[in-house]
Amino acid sequence: MIDFIKTRKIAYWISGALVLIAWLSLIIFGLKPGMDFTGGSVLELKLNGVSVDHQVIADIYHQLGYQNVSISTSGDDGLLIRSSDISEENHQNIISQIKEKYNEVEELRFESFGPVIGRELRNKSIQAIILVVICIILYLSYAFRQVSRPMASWRYGVTAILALIHDISIPAGLFAILGHFHGVEIDSNFIVALLVILGFSVHDTIVVFDRIREKLRTHPSLDFGQIINEGINETIRRSIFTSLTLVLVLLALLIFGPASLFYFTLTLLIGTFFGTYSSIFIVSPLLYDWYLFLQKRKNKNQGKIKKR
Amino acid sequence: MDYNKNNFAMKENSKNLLIVIIILIVAIIAGLFAYGEFDFLPSWFKKPYRLGLDLSGGTRLIYEADLSQVAEKDRDSAMNGLRDVIERRVNLFGVSEPRVEVAQVGENYRLNVELAGIKDINQAIRMIGETPYLEFREQRPQEETEKILEEQKNNNPAYQFIDPYFVPSQPLLTGKYLKAARLDFDPRTYEPVVSLEFNDEGAKIFAELTKKNVGKVLAIYLDGEPISLPVVQEEITEGKAQITGKFTADEAKKLVENLNAGALPVPIKLISQQSIGALQGEFFLKLSIKAGVIGLIAVIIFMLVMYGKLGIFSSLALIIYTILNLAIFKLIPVTMSLSGIAGFILSIGMAVDANILIFERYREEKKIGLENKRALSEGFKRAWPSIRDSNISTIITCLVLYNFTSSMVKGFALTLLIGVVTSMFTAITVTRSLLKAFLK
Repeated sequence: MIDFIKTRKIAYWISGALVLIAWLSLIIFGLKPGMDFTGGSVLELKLNGVSVDHQVIADIYHQLGYQNVSISTSGDDGLLIRSSDISEENHQNIISQIKEKYNEVEELRFESFGPVIGRELRNKSIQAIILVVICIILYLSYAFRQVSRPMASWRYGVTAILALIHDISIPAGLFAILGHFHGVEIDSNFIVALLVILGFSVHDTIVVFDRIREKLRTHPSLDFGQIINEGINETIRRSIFTSLTLVLVLLALLIFGPASLFYFTLTLLIGTFFGTYSSIFIVSPLLYDWYLFLQKRKNKNQGKIKKR
Repeated sequence: MDYNKNNFAMKENSKNLLIVIIILIVAIIAGLFAYGEFDFLPSWFKKPYRLGLDLSGGTRLIYEADLSQVAEKDRDSAMNGLRDVIERRVNLFGVSEPRVEVAQVGENYRLNVELAGIKDINQAIRMIGETPYLEFREQRPQEETEKILEEQKNNNPAYQFIDPYFVPSQPLLTGKYLKAARLDFDPRTYEPVVSLEFNDEGAKIFAELTKKNVGKVLAIYLDGEPISLPVVQEEITEGKAQITGKFTADEAKKLVENLNAGALPVPIKLISQQSIGALQGEFFLKLSIKAGVIGLIAVIIFMLVMYGKLGIFSSLALIIYTILNLAIFKLIPVTMSLSGIAGFILSIGMAVDANILIFERYREEKKIGLENKRALSEGFKRAWPSIRDSNISTIITCLVLYNFTSSMVKGFALTLLIGVVTSMFTAITVTRSLLKAFLK
């Protein structure tokens, strides 16, 4: 049996450092919002082996008044051209001009978002995150309403939420770093991934809490720290296994799936890993520290009463 | 006594076997439906999956409607009229399942148009953007109608595109002379009627037309299609007319919306466009299916390695889960976008969670010294609260995602939600039945 209560300080340091780095990256670098949040356009071409001069393409855009054009290759035979949002008229104009110069080139994909849509999507994403967090707090306090000893059930909920913040801060921070150094943008799929991590993270936490809840009922005489420690040890296999099956399918998706899902899958993978880690090393020990803190305060108060 | 007990056990056993057989039959039917490619299957089984635009290829257009000219209370109706008009135009392109939806975002009204597998987007966009054209048409004389029909029968190209029955009214009465249309109820019969009101100029033209056409049909066309064929009862001079007839309230409402679409044109502006080539969609679909199959096999191997004999049953349940889900996606039908498939693949990884919780509990109960069957039923019973609680948190996330986000994300939320719910059934009910029937 591993003594998680004893080792908790190390875990706190590791997590604290990671969360700190994550938050610093978020504050200093910020997340790089993708086209669906800011508005803009992307044109993907299939080159069919033709070698295309990027400057020629850029000039077509420039001449129509689009100054910010970024051109990059995608895969072996693709070209991605990003710019601000483009009207349908200009889109057709651009295509016909490209066709004139390079007849073999095909249009694979064209997307253009006005800035209004982006703003809406951003607002909706924020609303969704807030709503999920509120619902999960409410649900947790409901699910643990019968466990009011030795701490009120809402404290279980709050502890779980602290773990949630930990679990989504780390992937978010990573994307701030990836965005700064690699130009990785976040899109609506990233938000979805964060929300799913929220759901999963609670998933693992609930398994441990559920065991603690059961042990409190069956072994009322045991010390709270001991209950927590046994609870974690008894559930560690299933926490790891349930996450592992998820990791397996995520890895399959990451390696074999389409490129457009890569960062989505990566976010989920990292979130799942830290979600499992935190449910084992962080959440329940945190609950214990809170318990200790309350005990200490209670003793102090009692001490005061005695002194009088 | 002993004899009775055995008898009971046998009954119990055959009951379990029956349940397993039913489950397997359902799974096989679902499997045939999900696959649907065999020749011997009835055509209903061959119904295709509904693919999202990112997989089938196609175009999504978002328009913003300028409703500043329309009174607040009429806006919903105006948007419905506009949607009908555009739906009709889009149908002309032979798009398989065009979707035209009205969305209200705060104060703004949007029109989302999805066209799957369409080639000439440019032309589609031009047609959608055109202002609806409402006109009144007069009946042709009998001889003329007959002549045109005759010529059309003989495939005379000059007559091919001529409406044999009606001709644009003389003088021309169009939507711009129509002030508004309204749904009313006849005060005596309580039947729905459609009231028309023309502006001053329109009232004069209408008076002339009605005088000329008493007893004849004065047809109303929208975008070249007849939407109503009322017969003129008498000359109407004050510019207010009523179309009566055996309308249902819905029919009358629809007619009002159509008339207003022509009378109060709502300008629309294209604010967002996404076009995805069919080739790329197909490629993505193949990759995701491959990833899904590999993921499924990996999970099965994991369960077999970790839980041995028990793993066989949960793997069988997982395969049934996959088949059932695919059948449900096809049946509803759920729009399978790339993110939807991702959600489904994710749910494969989660579907065995309940099994793991149950089997781990079973291991513990056995350690305490319970015999096999007891330990198993304890495992099912005691793992239930944590299975329930943890799945509910995922369900909450899915519901929020479904209600709060764009259509692409909705696909993900829906497949994950269906997955979680189905997995509770397969991981618990199906696994338990299998174990009861086969585990001695």
